[in-house]
Amino acid sequence: MKSFIKYISDIFSGVASLLKGMRVTGKYFFSPRAIVTQQYPENRHKKGKKKLEMFDRFKGEVIMPHSENNQHKCTACGICENNCPNGTIEVISVMNIGEDGKKKRALDKHIYRLSMCSFCALCVKTCPSKALAFSQEFEHAVFDRKKLIKILNKPGSTLMKGIE
Amino acid sequence: MSEEISSVVDIDQQEYIINIGPQHPSTHGVLRFVVSLQGEVVKSLQPHIGYIHRGIEKMCENLTYQQIIHLTDRMDYLSAHTNNEAVCLCVEKALGIEVPERVKYIRTILDELTRLASHQLWWCSFGMDLGGQTCYFYGLRDREKILDIFEETCGARLLLSYNTPGGLMWDIHPNFQKRIKEFIKYFRKKLPEYDAILTGNVIMHQRTEDIGILSLEDAISYGITGPTARASGFSCDVRKRYPYSAYDKADFKEIIYTKGDTFHRYQARMDEMWESMKILEQLVDNIPEGDFTAKMKPVIKLPEGEYYQRVESARGELGVFIVSKGEKYPYRMKFRSPNFCNLAIMNKLTSNFKIADLIAISGSLDLVIPDIDR
Ligand code: SF4
Ligand code: SF4
Repeated sequence: MKSFIKYISDIFSGVASLLKGMRVTGKYFFSPRAIVTQQYPENRHKKGKKKLEMFDRFKGEVIMPHSENNQHKCTACGICENNCPNGTIEVISVMNIGEDGKKKRALDKHIYRLSMCSFCALCVKTCPSKALAFSQEFEHAVFDRKKLIKILNKPGSTLMKGIE
Repeated sequence: MSEEISSVVDIDQQEYIINIGPQHPSTHGVLRFVVSLQGEVVKSLQPHIGYIHRGIEKMCENLTYQQIIHLTDRMDYLSAHTNNEAVCLCVEKALGIEVPERVKYIRTILDELTRLASHQLWWCSFGMDLGGQTCYFYGLRDREKILDIFEETCGARLLLSYNTPGGLMWDIHPNFQKRIKEFIKYFRKKLPEYDAILTGNVIMHQRTEDIGILSLEDAISYGITGPTARASGFSCDVRKRYPYSAYDKADFKEIIYTKGDTFHRYQARMDEMWESMKILEQLVDNIPEGDFTAKMKPVIKLPEGEYYQRVESARGELGVFIVSKGEKYPYRMKFRSPNFCNLAIMNKLTSNFKIADLIAISGSLDLVIPDIDR
């Protein structure tokens, strides 16, 4: 008899526990405003709170910011190349003869292989002239993997004045 | 005739071997269990590991101490910050430098946020393993808030790489404290919902109670750590026993349960979430002013010797062992990963339980496979 009562009461307490859980799910079912799902990619073009925006510090990809005169800050010192754990960066420099007749190293190509980058931020942090930064771009999918090899300095760009 | 057949094939006695994994949806990662069954009962289980072995320990021998940090992210990706911190603490210990108080506080706060995020993900995937799809969405919804805090300050959501030997990569974001306080307020309301959905659920109780009992003796002799061991009454919390960073400033309880079954492992993690929030509340307002990094040389060379540092990651004790020959690269680097040791007990826990219990047990151990394989 005792076991029978326990059997019945177990059924009721079991159903009660299920209903308790369903109260929570039911609450969300009837209050659609609590839903937090974002509609991607539609929210790229939305305005206001629903717009998809990354935080300023988000490590999307390494870029080299250029000024409006197409000038960058990279002196081709190669520190970023040495610090990168994955061999992502390759700095190719040329020797220019400056106005005063002295030889001076200048940046030819700053090659960045996005496919090999693990976003550790060591290059950005250790660059002595703060020539590198992270962009907030995160949609990196391309059809050809050659497109992931990027040359960060823009064509025809020069070194910013006052940076040695 | 019928007698003849039964003498040839006795189904009850026949052993039947199946593979779970390497890509079974219920094992989170690429792990393979070779399970030998008799009917529905598990007779023995052999884990096969190494599907995502990347040789992280070997790679470390060719990397400077700053560069090693980003690899440790990729071991236990759900405790990325804790892994980073372990290496940093070990290097700092070897160099004998004292990091600023501010760094210690921020590291501890991020540790606890990591633990919360990791336990939330564990909760939702555990619920899903047992057949409760809804849990998954609720857990991930709340975890998103923590990932936003990470993203705003560290620049990444999962693989933070925010620590560096001597301190942090950069200072915290001005919104950091505000967001954490908002999150705690929010999550204190949501955690009881977790209990309502899963903890009290009768199906969940029947599938976890008295299933996969881990005795205290086994926990100690197999080297089990973390909430898994604390559910068996093994007091092994590194945060309490060998306090590092700012854990000695915080007042919190070590969660100990005694039975060691799947349900108590579940309970231990649920209670840890409350404790984590308590630690956060105590520290978040008291972050001292100061530098975010100690003065460090650009090239770090550890003095010759052997160094060991342990921290409590979300799954147990993570140890970092460095052998240095005085160069800028370590001579040998060894990680004692909690998941590897926790996996070893699987055979013992599952034998003579049903195959459905195997999923519940492996879920309650909270294995992260990349940490096992390294
Ligand atoms: S980006 Fe910076 S670190 Fe790299 S070569 Fe240029 S100046 Fe040197
Ligand atoms: S973020 Fe790290 S991996 Fe990527 S290019 Fe910079 S140093 Fe290399």
